[in-house]
Formats: sequence, structure tokens, C-alpha cells
Amino acid sequence: MRTPVFIVASLIVAAVVYGLARLAGNDYVFFAGYVILQFVVLATAWNILGGYCGYVNFGSAAFFALGAYTTVALVKLPNLAAKYLPEGLASVIAAAVPPPIPVLMLAGGVIAGLVGLGTGYLTLRLRGVFFAIATLALAVVLQTLIVNWDYVGGSRGAYVIRPQVHALTGINYVEYLFVMMLLLSVTALTVARAIERSQLGYGFATIRDDELAAEASGVPTLRLKLVATTISGALMGMAGAPFPYYIGYLEPASAFGLAYAVNSIAMPMIGGTTSWVGPLLGALLLGTLQQIATVTISSAVSLLLVGLLLVAFVVIAPNGLLGLFDKLRQRIGAARASGGNARTGAA
Amino acid sequence: MSAPLLRVENVGKRFGGFIALEGINLDVANGERLGLIGPNGSGKSTLVNCLCGTLRNEIGRVSFEGRALDGLPAHQRTRLGMARSFQLPRPFTSLSVAENLRVPLLYTVKARSGITHAGADLDARCHDLLALVGLESKATKRPRDLTQVEMRKLELARAMASDPKLLIADEAMAGLSQSEVNDIVALLIRMNERGVTIVLIEHIMSAVMSFSQRLVVLVSGRKIADGKPDDVIRDAEVERAYLGQ
Ligand SMILES: Nc1ncnc2c1ncn2[C@@H]1O[C@H](COP(=O)(O)OP(=O)(O)OP(=O)(O)O)[C@@H](O)[C@H]1O
Ligand SMILES: [Mg+2]
Repeated sequence: MRTPVFIVASLIVAAVVYGLARLAGNDYVFFAGYVILQFVVLATAWNILGGYCGYVNFGSAAFFALGAYTTVALVKLPNLAAKYLPEGLASVIAAAVPPPIPVLMLAGGVIAGLVGLGTGYLTLRLRGVFFAIATLALAVVLQTLIVNWDYVGGSRGAYVIRPQVHALTGINYVEYLFVMMLLLSVTALTVARAIERSQLGYGFATIRDDELAAEASGVPTLRLKLVATTISGALMGMAGAPFPYYIGYLEPASAFGLAYAVNSIAMPMIGGTTSWVGPLLGALLLGTLQQIATVTISSAVSLLLVGLLLVAFVVIAPNGLLGLFDKLRQRIGAARASGGNARTGAA
Repeated sequence: MSAPLLRVENVGKRFGGFIALEGINLDVANGERLGLIGPNGSGKSTLVNCLCGTLRNEIGRVSFEGRALDGLPAHQRTRLGMARSFQLPRPFTSLSVAENLRVPLLYTVKARSGITHAGADLDARCHDLLALVGLESKATKRPRDLTQVEMRKLELARAMASDPKLLIADEAMAGLSQSEVNDIVALLIRMNERGVTIVLIEHIMSAVMSFSQRLVVLVSGRKIADGKPDDVIRDAEVERAYLGQ
């Protein structure tokens, strides 16, 4: 399937998903669905660096939080402008704020993408565990910075008022956020799939397999690594941008939550890291499970569930669901072949 | 005299306190077939790593086609036309055999010429290369399904795929049968006749002697002989270095 065809196909699927969600006639579906879609984007973004290139990022929460805090910073701009700028200019800014969600997503994507680029640059020569530790350190450093940055609320957090309805379409605002996240999911999956099938995808795979051999084959490994950290970071930031509106009150502990780091690793690992389908499967499965567990038991238990599933998969099916499917298909193929032989033998 | 294709001047390399290479001077002429021999641990692979940018040599200078390569990353040297095979094959394990060859085709040949090859064209080149080393039937296999010998052939084919001016084969023939060794030597000589300069590192002396127009000997990180193969092999110092082992 060519990329434009894929985009059309996935937009149709997205439309069907939205239609079904509407049919349910319950706002809770949009509340829960938003979280699951957010994880689809995070898992897909993580997999571009972690699955395709083999660089494990423990700092997903930091990139997600960057997107969320970019939104907070932009939404609070009028306060700052009123204090420091002449009245005319301040009123112009006040009129432009808050910008629409797609603009906030772009802004969050740019900021998180730049930090991704910077992270890549600082960790260019780190591999394996050392890279993973560096990303963890980045998350800690960023969280400390945010906690101490009063403008965006510091440790107290910041309120972002969510409108009841989306002015332009007249639909419930959470429903609107759901649609935005649905479109972002389509974007993220399209990007991941396009990478997989392009020259870039080959380059990423060689980085994962053997960087020395990749260089010897002409692959500019350091540059490709920067491309991966930038794209991956940008998509995570885009996923975080609408979050302040969704949650209404953003504090560092929730934006940098453990759930983001853990889920964005666990979902691709459980789904399978070699293809864009893996993170999607993992996110849908784990995301839904967690939503159910959060409602029926508690959110702490739902994270525990993820941990246990991750351990189980690492031990039993290290290549995730996709790996399991592959094995199954091979077994069936082999069984068919031997069955066929037996028949010809009998004849 | 035209300038050499590859010029190595006073190259030295240390690992901690251990001197792996010292004062290596070497010119490789365009179109030459050079054999590089030496006992285990004499620094042959280390020299290849320094030439190709896999390792940084702290001392000395390497130039290719008159251009100093100081600090140039390995992938750019490959694009300039230097290719090497690794002594221990390092295939891309998650890619198929054919895809392994696609990587240098995409990232070196295509990047160098700026021409966007059609997919079919790339496939044809992959196929030619696989046929050249006798791996056509394995095109869709994963490297883990190959035998050691096939892995070596893949390693060599991948180096050839970047369409190099200079090919350095680091023990491409270890473990191969006599007839396979002959095949590879014939293949390398054919490549050489098409204009590719080749440096062959090899322990199998019959292969080295039938291939090389010139022979260089490394012992303990130093070059101790350089000349016509027959003369070098009779050299007293070389004999001592080998028999003394
Ligand atoms: N990365 C490294 N760190 C430390 N020592 C190294 C490293 N690479 C090589 N050496 C040492 O440098 C010396 C030269 O090694 P090298 O691999 O170049 O030898 P070689 O001539 O290729 O030997 P062989 O014929 O066995 O392939 C050896 O003593 C080896 O142990
Ligand atoms: Mg060696």
C-alpha cells in the first residue's frame, strides 16, 4: 500500500472509530479513548527510536511533559504580556491566546523535537544502557527545571480552563480533544510506516543491528540517530500538548508521570517493535486493560498490571505479539507442508 | 609516476599502553593487488580499522586519492570509494541477505551518484552481486540461516556492493574449502581487472601468492618487508618472524 492510500485508509478507520464512539452516546468513551490514543502516539514515537534504531528511551515522560508545558506557557502568555508589554501589543496577544489545539500540538512538537535533537547530540556516542540512563537523567533534570519555573506554575501546578464545548464545531470539548488525538495517531502511524519502508528505515535497522558495519556500508549513523531522536521527541511532545486541556490542572508529577515512561516502553515491547503495527496493538491492548483496571480497581494496580505483562512478555515472547503471530504462521505453514507431503506419500 | 590511490604515512595506534601499530608507511598504487600478511595479533586488522575510519589513529596520516582523511568518519570514507570486509562477519541480522546488500547500494552508490535508482535497478544489482558470490538461492534468508562460509561470502559481497575503488578484504577466506578459495581469488582478480584496487589480508599462503602482485609483511605492529612476493617470502627476517612463532 502506498502512503497516500494508507493515509486515506487510516482516516476511514479513524472515522469509523469516531462514529462508533459517538454511537455509544457516553462522554466517558471519549475520556477513556483519549488516553488510549495518547498511548498509541507515545508508543509509536518511542518505537521509532527504541524499536527501529535500538536506542531505549526511559525519558518519554519528559518529552510528553515538554509538549504539555509548552501549552501551559503559551496559554499563560497574556499574563506575561499584560505585565511587560505595551497595552496594544498585549491585547493582540490576548486575542491570539489560547491558540487552537493543532497549533499547540505543532508548538509542543517543535519544542520537544528540538530537545530530542539536543538529547541526541549530547548522547551521540552513548549506546545501550548508557543511553538509557542518560535519557532518564534528562527526565529528572527537566522535571527539576519545571518544578522551579514559577511562570508555568512550578511545583504548585497550573490550571488550564477547558471550555465546555468546542466553539467552531459545537461538540463537547473532550470529544474534540479525542478527535484531535485520533488524527495525531493517524499522523504518527503514517510517519512510522513511511520510515519503515524508506531508505531511512534500512538505515535505522542497520544502526540497531551493527553500527560499525552500518558505517562501513556508508550509513551516516550519527546523523540518522539525530533524525530518530528528533522525530520521536517531536511526536511525544505533540501527544502531550493537548494534555493540560484534558486534565484541567497540570502539575509536574502528573506530566512527568511514571505511567508514560513505563507504558511507552511496555506497549511496543508487548506488541512487537519491528513494525508500526506492534506499538498500535500494544497500546490498544494495554491501554484498554489499564482503563478497565483503573475504573474497576485503581490506577496503581493498572500500572502493576503493565509491569507484570511486560515481564511475562520479555520472558515468554521477547518479540511481542507480532513475533508470536509470526511463529504461529510458520507453524501452520510447516504443518500444512508436512500434511501435504504425507498425502502425496500415501498416494 | 601518478600519485598513489592510498597513502599511509607514519601511522601509529595504541590501545592503552600497548602499541598495536608503529611508524607504518605504505603506498598503494591505483589498480594494484596487494597482499598483507603477518602473524596473529601483528596489527593487520587494526591497520584496516585505521584506514577505514573504524578506529582513530592518534599518529600519522592516511590519504585517499591525494585527499587527507584525518577525522573523516567511516561512512564518508566508504562513499569516497574505500570498502572493507570485517574479519568476523558482521551482517545486519534483522535484514535478509539481499537487503544486506541493499544498504550499501542505497547509502553509498546512490548517495555518491545522486541518481535515484529505480527499485528494479537495485534489485538487479543485488541479484548480480549474489550471483557473483554464489548466494542467489539465499537472497531471502536471514543471516542466521547461513553457514559460516556463506556468511563470509555475504560479508565480501556487501563490501563489493558499495562499488569501491579500493577493496580491503580482511581474511575473507578463512574456513573455505580449497575450491572456494580458488573461486574467491578468481573473483577478486576479476574485480581487479575491472579497475578495483585490492588489498588482501590472508593467512592462506597459496591464495596470497597466487593473488598478490606485491606483498607487505607486518610483525608486532611494524612493517618489516614490502616488495615482490617471491622476494619477500625468501626474506630472512620474514622467515624468522614466521618460524619464530
Ligand atoms: N580494541 C582493542 N583494544 C585493545 N587491544 C586491541 C584492540 N584491537 C586489537 N587489539 C590488539 O592489537 C593487536 C593487533 O590486533 P589485530 O586484530 O590488528 O591483529 P591481526 O594482525 O589482525 O591478527 P589476526 O591475524 O589474528 O587477525 C592484538 O594484540 C590485539 O589483541
Ligand atoms: Mg585480523
